[in-house]
Amino acid sequence: MAATDASPGGTATRGTRLIGAAAFVGVAWLVAFGLGFSPADRDQRESVRILYVHVPSAWLAYLAFVVTAVASGLYLFRRRHSLAWDRLAGASAEVGVLFMGITLVSGMLWGRLTWGVFWEWDARLTTTAFLFVTYIGYLAVRRLGGSHEQRARRSAVVALLAVLEIPLVHWSVVLWRSLHQEASVIRPDGDVKMDGLMLFTLFVGIVAFTLLYVWLVIHRQRTLTAEDALDDAGLDAAIAARRAEAVTAPEAV
Amino acid sequence: MTSWRIARLVAGKDLRIEWRSRVALNQVLPFAAVVMVMFAFALDRLPRPAGAEDSLLESVAPGLVWLASLFSLLLLVQRAFAVETDDGALDALRVARVDAGALFWGKTLALAAQLAVLEALLLVTAVLLYGTEVRASGVVLLIATWVAATFGLASVGTLYGGLAAGARGRETLLPLLLLPVVAPVLIGATRAVEAALGTGGTAIADGWPWVGVVAVFAVVFGAGGTLAFGPLIDE
Amino acid sequence: MEDAGFIIGSYVITFGAIAVYAWRVLRRSRRITTRVPDEAKPWT
Repeated sequence: MAATDASPGGTATRGTRLIGAAAFVGVAWLVAFGLGFSPADRDQRESVRILYVHVPSAWLAYLAFVVTAVASGLYLFRRRHSLAWDRLAGASAEVGVLFMGITLVSGMLWGRLTWGVFWEWDARLTTTAFLFVTYIGYLAVRRLGGSHEQRARRSAVVALLAVLEIPLVHWSVVLWRSLHQEASVIRPDGDVKMDGLMLFTLFVGIVAFTLLYVWLVIHRQRTLTAEDALDDAGLDAAIAARRAEAVTAPEAV
Repeated sequence: MTSWRIARLVAGKDLRIEWRSRVALNQVLPFAAVVMVMFAFALDRLPRPAGAEDSLLESVAPGLVWLASLFSLLLLVQRAFAVETDDGALDALRVARVDAGALFWGKTLALAAQLAVLEALLLVTAVLLYGTEVRASGVVLLIATWVAATFGLASVGTLYGGLAAGARGRETLLPLLLLPVVAPVLIGATRAVEAALGTGGTAIADGWPWVGVVAVFAVVFGAGGTLAFGPLIDE
Repeated sequence: MEDAGFIIGSYVITFGAIAVYAWRVLRRSRRITTRVPDEAKPWT
């Protein structure tokens, strides 16, 4: 397999370098404001600072799964069945799982500080945990093997079914937890009334995380494209090697 | 050959296979009973702390019945698709251009029939082992829950069973995919049965919204399954 | 004092996890893109 016709490695372009730099700056600002310049909350005091990473990662995780669902639909329902959509779906789901994991961990730390417990079976957390497990299942389906088209078709169906499921799960969990409503004065639910500097910090967080999401997905999707190309090339090379053997075999001792 | 006729033929075939091999009867049913017993080992503390209305087992009995049903569902689904993939029967049906939607409904109906019997027997087991009491006023709610939940579970089981069937390393994926998906049924059916039985003083009227949740689930996955089954088993 | 640990810890875990993931993606991309011809890489 000749390496001479390949350009030097990497999936970076000028666009991604710009986005990456902006993301880095955004993260720096977020840390500065989140941990430093923004004030403590009146009720939650310092623990509100965790929300500046928790809330943006939650939003981006949900966005990531929406992108996966839309990309899956575009793969399945367009005549051309372009695998680029499938790879976008896969990349976005991976980044979504990463951000969802961060959401859950940061949420548990925040909960420990404000509620005194790492976990509450409230509607939002439970639905989030459900989503997390569902998309881990989605990533497992993508690794089942077979042709790229089989992978794309299977995971597209799973992604679209998962999207159908989310309102059902959310609805049933909300109903379920409404049976166990605690007084919300004792248990603040994370909807902090933010103003001024706090709101600005949250905004910085969302911008920074969005840039991070875009940067990560672009790189991951390009890497998947290269991986698929390598798969195809590997198959071609193996076939060619078999043919070459047939020609030279009589010489072997 | 209409779709309905195809579905009936496929369902009939599945049920006849079960009748002759008795795998669900001889293996899955005892498994479910064992699970119910194991729940008692794990959860039954000294009976009835003073002042408590129900023992712990009585108060969680509805949930345990549905949990045991879900674990058994995994086995039933595996079995339903093992009979197809063993001799490439599913592929043969697809190549013969049998309508995928009809195929889906046939397998779903057969699975639903087996599941319905299993669930009813599990409720009886709960009555025997956990001290559960069934009241006459709750029977309608009980039956409604039974029908809605069974169809929902059978549809979703057939759908994901089709996905996970066959090749090495795919069967172990079924529990990971299926159990989270059936969460609304577990939540809804448990709450509905609690209302029907009056566990913890729940009123019957409280159970009907839950039946609604489960019914919506059944409709969504019945429709979704009919559409999605074809692409999923096309290999 | 537990508060400060959790708060800083959440930021460390968040950006640490992202950094580890990013590093792994970039490392993998660098390894395989050298073995793939340009036509297969629409971004070059």
